[in-house]
Amino acid sequence: MGGKILLAGIDIPGIRGFDVYRAHGGYAAVEKALREMTASEVGQEVNRSGLRGRGGAGFPTGLKWSFLDRKSDKPRYLVCNADESEPGTFKDRYLMQHLPHRLIEGLIISSYALGVNTCYIYIRGEFKYLVGILETAIMEARQHGFLGDRILGTDYSLNIYVHPGAGAYICGEETALLESLEGKRGNPRIKPPFPAFKGLYGCPTVVNNVETLAAVGPIILMGGETYSKIGRGKSTGTKLISACGNINNPGVYEIEMGLPVEDFIYAPEYCGGIANDKYLKAVIPGGSSVPILPADLMLNTAKGEKRLMTYESLADGDFETGTMLGSGGFIVYDEDACIVRNTWNLAHFYRHESCGQCSPCREGTGWMEKVLYRIEHGLGKMSDIDLLVRVAKNIEGNTICPLGDAAAWPVASAIRHFRKEFEFHVKHPETVKNIHHGALNIEEESLIPDSGTGIKYW
Amino acid sequence: MQSAFGIIKTMKNSNIIHHPRFARDGKSVAFTPAVLAKVHALILRYPEGQQKSALLPVLHIAQEELGGYLSVDAMDYVATLLGIQPIEVYEVATFYSMFYLEKMGKYVIEVCRTGPCAISGGEKILAHLQEVLEIKPGETTPDGVFTLKEVECLGSCGTGPVMQVNSEYYEKLTPGKVDKLIEDFREYANRNKPGGLSWVEKFC
Amino acid sequence: MKVTIDNVQVEVEDGTTILQAARKIGGKLVPPAMCYYSKLKGSGGKCRTCLVKVAQSSAKDPRPMPKLVASCSTPVQDGMVVQNLTSPEVIEARKGVVEFLLLNHPLDCPVCDQAGECDLQDLSFGYGMDETATEEDRREFPVIDIGENIKLHMNRCILCYRCVYTAGQLTDKRLHGVMYRGDVSEISTFIGNAVTNEFSGNVIDVCPVGALTDKTFRFKSRVWFLKPMNAHRECSKCAGKTAVWMFGNEIYRVTGRKDEFGEVEEFICNECRFEKKDVNDWIIEGPRHITRQSVISANHYEESKKQSVINPIEGTMEIQE
Ligand SMILES: Cc1cc2nc3c(=O)[nH]c(=O)nc-3n(C[C@H](O)[C@H](O)[C@H](O)COP(=O)(O)O)c2cc1C
Ligand code: SF4
Ligand code: SF4
Ligand code: FES
Ligand code: FES
Repeated sequence: MGGKILLAGIDIPGIRGFDVYRAHGGYAAVEKALREMTASEVGQEVNRSGLRGRGGAGFPTGLKWSFLDRKSDKPRYLVCNADESEPGTFKDRYLMQHLPHRLIEGLIISSYALGVNTCYIYIRGEFKYLVGILETAIMEARQHGFLGDRILGTDYSLNIYVHPGAGAYICGEETALLESLEGKRGNPRIKPPFPAFKGLYGCPTVVNNVETLAAVGPIILMGGETYSKIGRGKSTGTKLISACGNINNPGVYEIEMGLPVEDFIYAPEYCGGIANDKYLKAVIPGGSSVPILPADLMLNTAKGEKRLMTYESLADGDFETGTMLGSGGFIVYDEDACIVRNTWNLAHFYRHESCGQCSPCREGTGWMEKVLYRIEHGLGKMSDIDLLVRVAKNIEGNTICPLGDAAAWPVASAIRHFRKEFEFHVKHPETVKNIHHGALNIEEESLIPDSGTGIKYW
Repeated sequence: MQSAFGIIKTMKNSNIIHHPRFARDGKSVAFTPAVLAKVHALILRYPEGQQKSALLPVLHIAQEELGGYLSVDAMDYVATLLGIQPIEVYEVATFYSMFYLEKMGKYVIEVCRTGPCAISGGEKILAHLQEVLEIKPGETTPDGVFTLKEVECLGSCGTGPVMQVNSEYYEKLTPGKVDKLIEDFREYANRNKPGGLSWVEKFC
Repeated sequence: MKVTIDNVQVEVEDGTTILQAARKIGGKLVPPAMCYYSKLKGSGGKCRTCLVKVAQSSAKDPRPMPKLVASCSTPVQDGMVVQNLTSPEVIEARKGVVEFLLLNHPLDCPVCDQAGECDLQDLSFGYGMDETATEEDRREFPVIDIGENIKLHMNRCILCYRCVYTAGQLTDKRLHGVMYRGDVSEISTFIGNAVTNEFSGNVIDVCPVGALTDKTFRFKSRVWFLKPMNAHRECSKCAGKTAVWMFGNEIYRVTGRKDEFGEVEEFICNECRFEKKDVNDWIIEGPRHITRQSVISANHYEESKKQSVINPIEGTMEIQE
């Protein structure tokens, strides 16, 4: 592990405050960027680092920045996406809570690189206590000349404002976020035009995740080249993974990309294995929107290689036998978890969070939830399982924003990998009415595979 | 339904959707001068002509300052402040789940029901709260102290089960912890102790 | 710019959408549009019935687009090749969309005033499944008045947002909008507010289904018993060019004149729509042409030597040339 980069200094008492942060090398990156580098040099450095968006899609940040319409005479905006609402993801919150200045620093450098003079942090409304922390950090930075007019005596001026959302997962989608920031309903926009040309108030805009922007400071200090050597292949650098579910040590971990999944789950410095000495049954590795994988496919790819924590390795096998790194919300299920109940639970989430603009998502999410509810409560039919597959397929790819896909994938993948469990629910309605956890392994003990790796998993 | 796992929520007939139609009370509502000053400062954060952008933060403040929920009068007042049509405020207020349209209890208990919390005991916490408070999600206790709500992921899945009470997080809950909290809240409610810092104070 | 749609080439201006290009060609290959309305800024993109496949993005970039795109909101590029009816994938997806649109639709056509001129009826006729796969109860909303002359059957609404754009763009004070979100979102005034405005009646014309109907015409007659006539009058508020729907010598209702894509040519004012029901108010120009696929044409026999057959592939009625 290449040491902590994003979370460096997190254990230092008082690091949340400006003085301590500054005393430990804070804002050196801003000084370097603004005093010694031109805006385009900063952009090139980020490009060289190979940094990819940490909000879910993994789009190369340097490339995204290069799309920004610089010819327009309208003001440009940078919006920091701190709407973190993807189930299983709580890394941005952790970062902002403990190291707010790392984010502010990243915002200043990124804004400088993009020629932005106003930057908004869109934070989910539930994180009210973080609004105060961020506002304080912004005020401190301003008092010390790192924000406001003529930063560090240069010609460059920047203001950062915190904007709270009010409880809508869909506002994490970048165009819905912009709508919401404009004081409207969080309905995603139809693309094109893309935010790089017509974003906030119709002006060229870049939207980036908290973690992406926080990584910019360290990249400037160590150089893009050095950063790109951390990690593996096109998955450069470190990634914050928020681990939760049935593990011994839930929490946020900064890992170097390329760490084997098996190590991440079982090593004592990370998840520390499955809680209560149970078997590992399944994992959703990138927030609830990415496909669920059973234990054997999670630890090893279909080709028999060790699965690693990288964008590429997790996606190996595509939808058939792979999944995605997504936002890094690592949800672990032990042998007792009921996949049907869990799938129903997530379907409920997407039904509740759909903005309701386009028909496949508005109607489809509700339909899937109702059918899954029936199956989970012992009222399902065999044909319902195929119906779910069909509905998921009809939603996928036919919607305005990716929430439709995000709702369809968990259902489709759960049925793909755990069909037996769905069938069990249909065949044993009485059993599933009373037992909600791991109903299947009561009867079909033989389904527990022998991993051959010496590690117990289901 | 009682089972090994607690009370199972059975789905109400959710297919009949009857959103209430609201009415203007005609009561005049207004922020105090100090709050109003803050609101005007907030509006200045957005470019000229884009004062509508301040709608979400101002609605948060309105909800807190003007009775714990957004009455039609409060929303109309916000519309006037921002120079927009009332319907634009209603559309927004109904979209976001943090805005309440009807009177709530003094303590709004919002329990996370989503996957990660559910597998670490969230369902039990909700069932327990229903038992202790003798109300179902969406209801308020007769004494007006507690409202129970189910919410989706609160972004704190690693420390689940989680609930949020008046925007304070309470994590790693157990039924015992919940009992203690409810007891404390009951006591605070009598002492009129305010919960959490206000939105106005959060903005510098 | 040259675009090819279902093997037909057409020359259009920069900034044209695929749907507009298809409409320029006309005929069967025009994708159905339930939410897009050319006269309303910002409309489109929501219903997803107009999905098409882009087999070639442009002459410069011959790659296909990875997903189906909404033709109403995707601009064309030079050399673009689009498949609508020629793509089985599109037909499949459209069937899926129709199924979603009908999922919570009450299917109360027998008592719906829109029956006969409903876009959803036509669409499900063309792409619907013969059986419903859902056994779930349908969503139900109470029926309400949203104005003196306008009835809202929220159950039938497909949330196309057209009426919201109409009210926002034609009137200076919008009084209704979309409330709540997801599958419980509804068109509403939120408070017991009546939609009053001189042009508010146009929401009835833009509504593709029977969600917004004319109370002055409610249950008076089925549309296919009526004869639509072009008519005009001197009006201080609008151009006064309308279609009046007559039975014998009586005017049953007044609407805007709809073109072949179901869009009104000009918006009309409420006075013309709701108050002028006397033949003497109008100068009647003559009967309107009714598009062949409309049910309305069932009782109006235009002289024709063409033979109509059921197209076995799409199950739609069409006229053999
Ligand atoms: C339904 C949905 C929810 C999303 N939620 C978030 C979120 O909570 N936080 C986030 O950073 N990105 C979220 N995204 C991704 C954003 O749309 C966008 O890709 C991201 O902010 C870009 O930043 P990045 O390039 O730094 O990753 C979401 C996307 C979708 C479709
Ligand atoms: S896919 Fe869902 S969330 Fe996205 S725009 Fe459509 S209805 Fe809204
Ligand atoms: S009422 Fe009619 S026009 Fe308005 S959104 Fe619904 S279907 Fe569209
Ligand atoms: S699932 Fe409960 S906080 Fe995320
Ligand atoms: S007409 Fe294009 S999506 Fe509705």
